[in-house]
Amino acid sequence: MLKTIHDKKNVQLGIGFGVGILFGFLLQKGGVTKYDVIIGQLLLTDFTVVKIMFSAVVTGMIGVYLLRALGLAQLHPKPGSFGSSMVGGLIFGIGFGLLGYCPGTLAGAIGQGSLDALLGGLIGILIGAGLFSEFFPKLDRSILNRGHFGEMTLPQWFKVSPWKVILPAAIGIIALLYLIETSGR
Amino acid sequence: MEWLRMEQWSPYAVGIGIGVLSWITFLLSDKPIGCSTAFARTSGMIERLFRGTRVTEKAYYKKFAPEIDWEWMLVLGIFFGAFLSSKFSGQFQFVWVPARWDEAFGNTPVLRWGIALAGGMVMGIGARWAGGCTSGHGISGTLQLAVSSWLAAICFFIGGIATASLIF
Repeated sequence: MLKTIHDKKNVQLGIGFGVGILFGFLLQKGGVTKYDVIIGQLLLTDFTVVKIMFSAVVTGMIGVYLLRALGLAQLHPKPGSFGSSMVGGLIFGIGFGLLGYCPGTLAGAIGQGSLDALLGGLIGILIGAGLFSEFFPKLDRSILNRGHFGEMTLPQWFKVSPWKVILPAAIGIIALLYLIETSGR
Repeated sequence: MEWLRMEQWSPYAVGIGIGVLSWITFLLSDKPIGCSTAFARTSGMIERLFRGTRVTEKAYYKKFAPEIDWEWMLVLGIFFGAFLSSKFSGQFQFVWVPARWDEAFGNTPVLRWGIALAGGMVMGIGARWAGGCTSGHGISGTLQLAVSSWLAAICFFIGGIATASLIF
């Protein structure tokens, strides 16, 4: 039943679009399509971004692992390495600090009328992605696979059942959110 | 339907909503939410306009074909969703220079435009270098407890906090 839905290409494009509309609506209502809110997070004066991300992660983690336990979903962890995840992550971070939007919130910022996102950020990301594709073969040979650890998840790494990671992670994240909330940010 | 007109919802309600959306995508599409490959595919589509079909021979576009896919539609949806949300609340407005930027660096559009363009380029490279962005790694990957995503997401914030602290 689910497999037949997964295989219908046009249905999938429609689901992607529908989920995108809801996602964009939520991002805008959360305030994270706004430059000021994202920069506030990076300057550690406004923790809206972290609050949204952490509550999404706790909700998603429990639900997706439950669906998996019921045989209704499969995980798709991205492969990683120090050369790609860490170096790429730091490069992304520099761009994040300069632009003040990330790729998803940028699309939302354009939707709410932010012209710096449309004419600066969007064009920049397209140029950046194009440059990366140009240099990809070279980077792939030299740095991207340094310190490769593959599609590993934390439970696999620690060799424990997923719930032994999920439960402490959920409690830890909720405690952290409580601390942020009581500190008034 | 007053809540649709509200300017801001609780970040926890928004986060839980996004978490529920991730259940839906895993269930109905067998995919995690992500955004940055849509930009790479678009870049390939634009390059193809100028250089023709040999663009699809590039190693990177063999991995990520320059075509409209699920994730591309998702990013298009984000644009419309945010548009609707801002229209309902009356926040939709064409803005060149965000308030916080204006406070620190003045309201000259060209300076903000230049930095946004440069930041976008660096981010475009970094997102594809790391294999994901704040959505694909930061939310979808971390909720799957992927080691690559926790490492990348921590680095996004280290880089972002350092850069923002330097320029402000």
